[in-house]
Amino acid sequence: MSDAFDTGLNRTGIATSPIDSPDVLKGAQVGLPVHSSVGRDAAAARRELAREAEPIGHVPLPASLKGMAKTAMTALKGEKASVFIDKLGERLAFERSGTRLYELVLLKGEAYPTWEGGPAIAELREHHDEELAHFGLLQECLTQLGADPTAMTPSADLAINLSIGLPQVLSDPRTSLRECLEGVLIAELADNACWETLIELARELGQSEMATRFEHALRNEQQHLRRVQGWVRTAVLNAATPRRQDDRPAAH
Amino acid sequence: MPLDLKNERGVALDKQRFSWKELAGKPYSKLDVDAFTRVRVILMNGIESEQVRFLHAMARMNHELRADLALVRRIEQHQQTLVNWLNPADQSPLETTIGYEQVAIELTADIAQKEPDPYLAQVHRFGLLEDFDHLYRYAALYDRLMGGDANNFTQSYTDIRPGRPTELEHRHPLDDLRTPYDPQTAKPLSKLHAYVLVAAEHQTHDYYMHVGPFFADPVARQLYAEIASIEEQHVTQYESLIPAQESWLTKWMWHELSEVYTYYSCYQQETHPRIKAIWERMLQYELGQYAHVRGLFERLEKRAAASVFPDRLPEPIQWKQHRQFVRETLERELDLRANGAKFVEADAEPERSLQVRRELNRDGSPSEMVAAGWSWRPGGELATSALRMAEGSLQ
Repeated sequence: MSDAFDTGLNRTGIATSPIDSPDVLKGAQVGLPVHSSVGRDAAAARRELAREAEPIGHVPLPASLKGMAKTAMTALKGEKASVFIDKLGERLAFERSGTRLYELVLLKGEAYPTWEGGPAIAELREHHDEELAHFGLLQECLTQLGADPTAMTPSADLAINLSIGLPQVLSDPRTSLRECLEGVLIAELADNACWETLIELARELGQSEMATRFEHALRNEQQHLRRVQGWVRTAVLNAATPRRQDDRPAAH
Repeated sequence: MPLDLKNERGVALDKQRFSWKELAGKPYSKLDVDAFTRVRVILMNGIESEQVRFLHAMARMNHELRADLALVRRIEQHQQTLVNWLNPADQSPLETTIGYEQVAIELTADIAQKEPDPYLAQVHRFGLLEDFDHLYRYAALYDRLMGGDANNFTQSYTDIRPGRPTELEHRHPLDDLRTPYDPQTAKPLSKLHAYVLVAAEHQTHDYYMHVGPFFADPVARQLYAEIASIEEQHVTQYESLIPAQESWLTKWMWHELSEVYTYYSCYQQETHPRIKAIWERMLQYELGQYAHVRGLFERLEKRAAASVFPDRLPEPIQWKQHRQFVRETLERELDLRANGAKFVEADAEPERSLQVRRELNRDGSPSEMVAAGWSWRPGGELATSALRMAEGSLQ
C-alpha cells in the first residue's frame, strides 16, 4: 500500500526538535525586536501605496468599430460594454487555461489508477472538450461584439493570477490524480460562480441570445462541479477506510 | 542625435540617492505597456546587473580602487533595483521570459545591422538565430502549459517561429570562443555592442537559472535547463569578443559608457512618460559616474581619456521590429555552425560539438518535446478547434 496519505519523515513541525526548540524559543524571547526609529507601520504604508497605485491595466478598445455598429446594441456602449468585454475576456482566459488543466489531469488519469466512485477517462475527456467548446463560444461572442478575443483583459489577468497554483500543482509529476482533482475542484467552483454572474450581466445588457448559450455552458459546469466534488470526496473517504486503494502509478 | 560627452557632467556621485519607496516604485502595466518599454526595462536590468558583477570582480583584483568601486557599485545596485522593480507582480516568470527573448531578438538584430566589423556582425547574427528559436519554444510552453498567447507580450512586433533549432545549438565550449576585436582599431560602436550583448545574455542566463526550478512541469524544468545552457554559451561567445589586454580601468570606462549609451537610447525613444523620466534620471546618474571614472582613468593611467574613448556616443539603439532582417538571416544562415572562432556549414562542424550534443540530447530534447507540431496562432493553438467545438455542441 502506497499513496499520498502515507506517513513518513516530515521535519516541518517544532516537535521534530525536542532539544533545540525550547532553546530557540528562549532565544526569540530574549532577542525582542527594538522599536524602529523611522516609526511607520506596514499597514499605513500599504494603505498609502494602495491609494497611489495605478490600475492593473485597461479593457482594450473594440478592435472593429464596424463590428460594434453591426451588433446594433445601444446598451453595449461606453462603460457597460467594457464591463462585458472584460468579463467575457476573463471567462475566455479561464476556459482556455481550463482546457490545458484537463489535459494535465488526463495525463494523471492515464498514469494513476482510479478508485471506486472516481473518474473515468471518458468523463475527464468530456470535461476537457466542454471547456474547449466554452473557449470557442467566448471567442465567438467577443468577435460578434467587435472586440478582440486575443486580448488579455484586466479580469482575465486577475483570474489567471488567482489560479496560478493550479497548473503548478497539476503539472507536478509528484501529484496524484486525486491531488490534481483537488485543484480542479477550486477551478470548477470559481467557474460556476463566474458563469452565473456572466449570465446575469448578459441579460442585464439585453444579450438574451448569448445568455441562453451561457446557460447551456453553466449546465455543463454544474455537472463538472458535481462530478469533481464527488470524485474528491470518495477518494478522501475511501482512503480513510479499509477499502483504501493504492493510488501510486503502476511501475512500467 | 548623438550625445556629446564633453559637455555632459551628469549628477555628482554624492547626489545620487534613493529611498526604498523609490527603489520599489510603481510597476508598469503588463497589459497596457508597449512591448518595447518592457524590453527596455529588461535590458537595463541586465546592463546594471553586469555592472555590479564586473565591479565586484574588479574589486577582487584592484586593492587601490576598492573605495571608488564600492561607492559606484552601491549606486549601480540601487539603480538595478529601481529598474528591475518596474516589472509588475502579475507578469509571471514565463511571461517575463518571453520578454527576455524579445530583448535578445530585437536588440541583437539592431546591433547586427549596425555593426561596422563584418566578422562581429556575423557573430551577432549567429547568436540572433539561436535566441530567435528560444522565443518559439517558450511561446509553445506558455500556450500548452498555461493556455496563454505569447503575442500578448510580443505585440506583433516579433515573429514567433522556429530559428536554428535549440537542440542543435549545444556545442563544445571551444566552439563558443570567438576572435576578440582589436582594441586599437575597433570602432567604439563595435566595443559597445560587445559589452551590451554580454550584459543582456548574462542576465538572461542568471534569470533562467533562478526561475527554472520554480516550475513544477518536468518539461518546463528541462527546457529552462536547456536554454540556460545555451545562454551560458552565448555569454562565452560575446565575452570572448572583448580583448583581455584592455586594462581593468579601460573596461570600467567601457562599462560606464555602455550604460550611458543604453540609458540614452531608452530615454530618447521611451513612450511611457513616468518611465521616460526614470531613464532621464538614470542617464544623468551614469554621466556623473562616467565623469568620476574618467578622472580615475586619467589620474591612474596617466593618459587622456580622449585618446581611448569617444567624445560623442554613436547613434542610439533603435527600438523597433526587425522582422525582415531576421527572416533574411534565417533564410541565409540557419544552417551555419561554429568551428572554433569560425562559422562553417553544418557538415564541417567539429566532432567534439556533435559529441556534446549527442550526450545532452540522449534522453530526449526538451525544446523539441515542448513544441512538437506547435505553431503560433492568435489566441493559441486551441483557438480554431475551440470554435469548431462550440459550433458542434453549444448552438
